[in-house]
Amino acid sequence: MSPYLFAFLDEHKITSIFNPLSTPAKTEINMGMLELAITAAIFLVVAGLLAYTMIRFRRRRDDDGHQEPPQVYGSNQIEAAWTVVPILIVFVIAGVSARSVWGVEDASPPKNALHINVIGHQFWWEVHYPGYNIVTANEIHLPISHNRDRATYLEYTSSDVIHSLWIPELGGKTDLIPNRVNHTWTDPQQAGIFWGSCSEFCGVQHANMLIQFVVQEPSDFDNWLAAQQQPQPTPTEISAGQKRFQAAGCWACHAVKGTHFNGKLGPDLTHLASRLNIGSGVLANTPENLQAWVVDPQHAKPGCLMPKSNLTGVNLTDLVGYLETLK
Amino acid sequence: MATVNYPLESAGLRNSEHSVLNILYRWIATTDHKKLGLMYIICMLLFFVISGLMAVAIRIQLAVPNNHFVSPETFNQLFTMHGTTMVFLVGMPMVAGLGNYLAPLMIGARDMALPRLNAFGFWAFLFGGILLYSSYFVGAVPDVGWFGYAPLTTTRFSPGASTDFWVLGVLVAGFGTISSAINIVATTVSMRCPGMTLRRMPMFVWVMLVDALLILVIFPPLAACQIMLMLDRLIGANFFNPTVGGNVLLWQHIFWIFGHPEVYVLIFPIFAIMSEVVPVFSRKPIFGKPAMVGAIVVIFFIGVGVWAHHMFTVGLSALSNTFFATATMLVGIPTGIKIFNWAATMYGGKIRFATPMLFACGFLFQFLVAGLTGIMLATAPFDWQLHHTYFVVGHFHFTLIGGLVFGLFAGIYYWFPKATGKMCSETLGRLHFWIFLIGFNITFIPMHFAGFLGMPRRVYTYLPGHGLETWNLISSWGVAVQIVGILLFVVNIIWGLWKGEKAGDDPWDAWTLEWATTSPPPEYNFEKIPVVRSGRPLWDLKHPDDPDWRFE
Repeated sequence: MSPYLFAFLDEHKITSIFNPLSTPAKTEINMGMLELAITAAIFLVVAGLLAYTMIRFRRRRDDDGHQEPPQVYGSNQIEAAWTVVPILIVFVIAGVSARSVWGVEDASPPKNALHINVIGHQFWWEVHYPGYNIVTANEIHLPISHNRDRATYLEYTSSDVIHSLWIPELGGKTDLIPNRVNHTWTDPQQAGIFWGSCSEFCGVQHANMLIQFVVQEPSDFDNWLAAQQQPQPTPTEISAGQKRFQAAGCWACHAVKGTHFNGKLGPDLTHLASRLNIGSGVLANTPENLQAWVVDPQHAKPGCLMPKSNLTGVNLTDLVGYLETLK
Repeated sequence: MATVNYPLESAGLRNSEHSVLNILYRWIATTDHKKLGLMYIICMLLFFVISGLMAVAIRIQLAVPNNHFVSPETFNQLFTMHGTTMVFLVGMPMVAGLGNYLAPLMIGARDMALPRLNAFGFWAFLFGGILLYSSYFVGAVPDVGWFGYAPLTTTRFSPGASTDFWVLGVLVAGFGTISSAINIVATTVSMRCPGMTLRRMPMFVWVMLVDALLILVIFPPLAACQIMLMLDRLIGANFFNPTVGGNVLLWQHIFWIFGHPEVYVLIFPIFAIMSEVVPVFSRKPIFGKPAMVGAIVVIFFIGVGVWAHHMFTVGLSALSNTFFATATMLVGIPTGIKIFNWAATMYGGKIRFATPMLFACGFLFQFLVAGLTGIMLATAPFDWQLHHTYFVVGHFHFTLIGGLVFGLFAGIYYWFPKATGKMCSETLGRLHFWIFLIGFNITFIPMHFAGFLGMPRRVYTYLPGHGLETWNLISSWGVAVQIVGILLFVVNIIWGLWKGEKAGDDPWDAWTLEWATTSPPPEYNFEKIPVVRSGRPLWDLKHPDDPDWRFE
């Protein structure tokens, strides 16, 4: 079992747990590979013996069935043998498992660690960078971290139901639970964009609660941090789109830093135009998609909590035009 | 002294003995363990078909990404009802049905110890099921998953009556399960025929006894957490409401204290079937019976201490995760012992591959795979990757279809002649086996790979371009093959009832007491209560020169 099994698929786009790019993910996969090897060996031996027994001791055609085979009731020595061998195997796997569990769960953060808080919502992710005054959504930027020097430590909680965050390449999943704070960490060793998802059933749009981890070279990441820290410049004149943002009630749920829009229920839109996707991963962030999303989010993501705006014509283009300026 | 003839039956009833109404009355009012057992099995098969059709809808929806076969709301209802039905309305009546029909016959009793409690148990189960399904008529179908994790079940996230239907349906059906478990324990303890010591009790009955005891340990916690949830929803008790300080993990702990041993409750009757079918068709006694009984008891005890392996991702401490990982792997040891003993039973025998034995062999290979993927999921670090994914879906369907359903088919084909007096067709049975085997593997092997590639469970759609299309499409086509297999089973049952050969008392040349009476057995089971001298009373009769009791 290896990544080669799936090699015929386009390897650049495939998410896979067999492509670990961080210490926790590597620990988990090493554990998994050991188990795949052991269980494959057990399968071959046991299934082989079963098949051999079934073929070797099948009733032959010339057997009239009158003569019963020797009646054997059991053997304590044999029972002892096939009890002790599995105990030894369990002992080995349990030991490796314990070491891996402690290695991942109890790794204390380095001095230079990046801390990120994630809050789960039905059906999107709120992301905070404490100390940097950055609030974003559905997209987590983090630096490459060789030798764990700039490892990312994540703190999870939820505002409503239980969610679970999983980026296969960067590590296993940890739940986001209301009234509880969970911790996990990752130290990505390769730049790239990695898809993840909510993996705990959280309601009607559980399937489209997606997330992307954008792993960047440290210098690129610092640039991103600096850009995201900027509030939107206060314009000398309020634009038509901004007025529409107010009139249509968008501000009731969404915030734009630098303006008086400070809604808390939906994603912060301060740097919306710089993000890769909208609707927590259902659509690529293009002007056309953004327009379709604003008109009717229920089309792409039926059941999400954002209502239809029913904007048309110039009202719509003004609003989308404004959103496109939130770089 | 003059004798008084009491009018034991009303004349009216006697006259219309064969009217439809009378037949219906006799089935509804019955306390006969065989009639109740058959009613359990028939209801189980009906719910199996309903729930199977839901699975078909799920697989059609997931055949291609961004499919619009069903809406997200409907999809969530489908997997919730599919899971709830399979566990509570297919699995549990299977336990009660097999135990009811077979346990008294195998221990030489005329009925269960508590016949009226038995009838109560059946009707509680059926009304629980009807209550759950009546949600369709008021348009409030449960959609919180069969596990009903808090706080998705609170009135804030699940307004309306859908979750109430789920809570009450499961609760009422659960009372039925508890009564039938009490009955199985009472029957095996007090109704065994003369000579049948616990050592001589058939493996089947032993396993059903341990199964019933396990039900008595775990169903009260289920009832407790369902009642707590009901109090939360109806009078604002807030056990599981995090906004006022409730603990959502409390639900997971109590639910899995029930929920994990529940899978052993479901698979034990299959172990019971295997321990009868494998010896009879290998023509040898079960190998290492004391070890087999010991293994079941060990699974019972370890099984109630592994629940938090469903919770490796909720942020438990490293110590807790290690404890539950290790405990879970320990279950593999007694389970391995069982597989080895079945293999050793076959070894040196003369194996007759009739339909029941084919399904038993299918069980052995597929259950082995399920056990090994279970070991992978048991280790917390690998589980952090695999948890909540289609790998898990693949794993437990290998347990519950590759294991449970295959074993159940073995049991149905094995005892169908006893219950009906007719034989099923061997040709159709073989065809059913091979087609179902192929369909099953095509459906569920690819799910493991989809899990490796990042596909979470309980999603109504998935992104194209991430390598998931191929595996999902293969998986969905496998369902079509499985449907053919199931249809062959239905045809075979109907053919057997309609045109099947007469079975006679003992068509498989078996050794336990149910084969000593007629097929189907009379209402009183045995004209004379049998007296046994060994674990295989019919072997003793057939081989007076070499009886089993000589070796006890």
